[in-house]
Amino acid sequence: MRVTLFIPCFIDSLYPQVGVAIVKILERLGHEVDYPEAQVCCGQPPFNSGYWDEARVVAERQLAVFRDAEVVVSASGSCGAMFKVFYGELFKDRPQQAEAKALGAKTFEFSEFLVNKLGVRDVGARFEGKVTFHDGCHGLRELGTKAAPRELLRAVKGLELIEMGEAESCCGFGGMFAVKFPQISTAMAEVKCNSIIDTGVETIVSNDSSCLMQIQGYINRHSPRVIKSLHLAEVLAQQ
Amino acid sequence: MSGDREPILARIAEALRAPAPRHHEPHSHENHSAASVPFREWLPPVGEDPQEQIALFARLSEMLRTEFRECGSPEDAAGHIAALAREGQWKRIALHSGDLIDSVAAKLPESLELLRIDNGYEKDAMESADAGFTECESLVAQTGSVCVTSPSSGGRVLSVFPPHHIVIASRGQMLPDLSAGYEHLAVKYQGRYPSFISFITGPSRTGDIERILVLGAHGPKRLTVLLVP
Amino acid sequence: MSSTAALPPGVQFQTDADRTTADEPRRAAVRNALGNYKAARGKTENAFASWQHAREAAAEIKYEGVNHLDRYLREFEEKFTARGGKVHWASNGAQAREYILNLAREKGVKSIVKSKAMTGEEIHLNPALEKEGYEVIESDLGELIQQLMHEPPYHFVFPCMHLKREEIGELFERELGAARTNNPEELTMIARRFLRRHFANADMGISGGNFIVAETGMISITENEGNARLTAGLPKVHVALVGIEKIVPKLSDLALLLPMLATAGTGQHLTGYNSMYGGPRQPGEIDGPDEFHVVLLDNHRTRLLADAEQRDALHCIRCGACLNVCPIFKNIGGHAYGTTYQGPIGSVITPHFRGLQDWKHLSGASSLCGACTEACPVKIDIHHHLLQNRRNAVAEKKVWWERLIWAGYTWMMKRQWAYLMAARLAPLAQKLHPLVLGTALDPMRSWTATRDFPEAAPQSFHDWWRIRKAAQK
Repeated sequence: MRVTLFIPCFIDSLYPQVGVAIVKILERLGHEVDYPEAQVCCGQPPFNSGYWDEARVVAERQLAVFRDAEVVVSASGSCGAMFKVFYGELFKDRPQQAEAKALGAKTFEFSEFLVNKLGVRDVGARFEGKVTFHDGCHGLRELGTKAAPRELLRAVKGLELIEMGEAESCCGFGGMFAVKFPQISTAMAEVKCNSIIDTGVETIVSNDSSCLMQIQGYINRHSPRVIKSLHLAEVLAQQ
Repeated sequence: MSGDREPILARIAEALRAPAPRHHEPHSHENHSAASVPFREWLPPVGEDPQEQIALFARLSEMLRTEFRECGSPEDAAGHIAALAREGQWKRIALHSGDLIDSVAAKLPESLELLRIDNGYEKDAMESADAGFTECESLVAQTGSVCVTSPSSGGRVLSVFPPHHIVIASRGQMLPDLSAGYEHLAVKYQGRYPSFISFITGPSRTGDIERILVLGAHGPKRLTVLLVP
Repeated sequence: MSSTAALPPGVQFQTDADRTTADEPRRAAVRNALGNYKAARGKTENAFASWQHAREAAAEIKYEGVNHLDRYLREFEEKFTARGGKVHWASNGAQAREYILNLAREKGVKSIVKSKAMTGEEIHLNPALEKEGYEVIESDLGELIQQLMHEPPYHFVFPCMHLKREEIGELFERELGAARTNNPEELTMIARRFLRRHFANADMGISGGNFIVAETGMISITENEGNARLTAGLPKVHVALVGIEKIVPKLSDLALLLPMLATAGTGQHLTGYNSMYGGPRQPGEIDGPDEFHVVLLDNHRTRLLADAEQRDALHCIRCGACLNVCPIFKNIGGHAYGTTYQGPIGSVITPHFRGLQDWKHLSGASSLCGACTEACPVKIDIHHHLLQNRRNAVAEKKVWWERLIWAGYTWMMKRQWAYLMAARLAPLAQKLHPLVLGTALDPMRSWTATRDFPEAAPQSFHDWWRIRKAAQK
């Protein structure tokens, strides 16, 4: 299968290793990976702030960039949700409505792609250690992603998955929310991170790097012990 | 009819000209004009068998702290009430009249004063009652509830003001679920409903203080349901 | 009370949120209370044959009612007045207050007992009554506590969930002259004894209403304590102040909605007392009020009704579930919202009720996690409405500096070279960042005050791919 990658802007510049890991895994599974270099941002930041005209400018570009893709895999649940759920809203009753729907229909979040599209749970990965999984809210509630990441993690040799009490609680990132309402965002991070610390794990895994940015940022300042975070793909890429 | 009736209705009509999207998928479209939405099958399931229903009611009563007791006869029920009266050192029970309740009241000890309120009552008298004794419309197995109404249960206050509410019901009054409870009322009253209907589920309670359950906030601290054949 | 604050609501909110998010003990108390709720609710939901299907059915019932609101309100009035009930239609709070005050005057009322009515809070009814010399006592335990505290309710289902028993013990000692105790049972008994007198002596009982039943002309009231039953049972005059949106088409609809309200609201199978009032005392009935007045309150609900996209916000049955699962609510607490209706649903409807520009910040103060929408028993699309409020606020009036930022952003995103350059400059900018870190000049200050920011990678994914592709050729 020819898999077209959607690498969100912040992964592009802050966590490129996540993209690299996804490429590695897909190629290991025998698929051709394509990456249209013209892609930039999905438009979520202005969209969430209510600036939908501005978001449309950027989204239109993405529609064009991914027009020829057979199937699109997103490295992030929240940006994947932009394609799958919110482009439909943005382009409702507009000429691009059909194209937006088509893009949504062919887009998958990474773990959903592996488990539900390819039917793969074991990618031949090995990772020693105890981890806990944080459910990114967009992936969890907009896309319904809950079981897929866990099935993938359970197949990783040497990995022990421990659920935290607050697995489904929002980490407090929420895009611009994190800087517009920093006191609330930080309070939410505190609740999340205390729950992580309580599990005793040394690694946090998530399918959303923006969440990990928030969580790791808080952990670095406040955790009594070192805890590292990895995107799900980074764990699955290890052998 | 008073106030801004016409302006409000006009605003509503104007507002409703634009149709609203649905964010849900109703499972029955056939009956939309009747606005009846079948939903009974989604609620907690209840057995068909009367014995099962009584058992469910009993289980829920335990959870709710309702004292539920199957009695062999009105005499048996009266004996239990007498025991409660001794335990609580009761002087007076307030009650209304009815065939079932009279059959039990007749067997209560002479020493227990019966305050009949069918023709009204003084507030002081109601305040002095140690217990309120009533019949009911039905019992609801699905939720462990007692359905009372003004005509069936001595008015609005009798079943809520005294600190202990005692209900006498017969087995035939056990209904499977709330839908059946409402159906029963519809059939019995033929649209001329009483001004007061209530589904009572357990004694009065509150969790307002640190979410700690406390019984007897304003209504009865104790609820006893006696079931006779 | 924050309604008299001089600061604009958006600024007041930030100030209050600063304070409440720093209140560790308070946050822990709220988290604890809501953890118990979560466990109870899980069990009760599982008892349903299908909770998800039940939500669909409940949503359809409310959809039917609200989308034919005029028809059903007319039907309610016809049935209710046929049994001697009186209906007053109030376009706004002032009209509702005036009607109730006139009624109290007419009837020579001296003492009023109230059961829970968020509509009463909404229109500031108590202050208006007290100003005219009426004694008004809240009978719901949590509402009574808040009344004595001179505070609005913290949560519209659990009014004093933020208080510890010691605080309540101290309050009762101070305000009721009660012997000091910290025991919840004893405290409840103190309130019970205090209120007994008031129930018996009150000339007027004022309640809210959970549902308006069109088919049978009834007002349905849900409670656990029994105080609403006493409010509607003992005084000579009963007034129910109800929002027009509380409509349900049929009496039998309550067989679904009441268990769902209980499950979502408190994790109970059914709330302690669900009572339907269809008029004043009827001929032949032993007791009950001589008069029953229903005040139907619009107060901007028709404005929300006209917004077809968000009309389902009027389906709300005020269960409070969205508050209970909301991480914002849990961390800032109910009072920080500064308005009658808190939490996610409050954040959706307050801009419609009180002005979009003044109250848009409540829709902004959300990470859009969607827990509210997931929890809602009637499937209101809550978190998407928050997004829509943001869009509507911008469409009405753009914030100049935000406009600038997004213009710059779109300019960059339309030009691959500009985007790639920004990505390459980021690591450099980061090296300079420590110079301003934490100071007033730090553009990342809202973040870096409490969190580390990651280092930009030396090589972006774009560059990695491009180099690999070139090497593969």
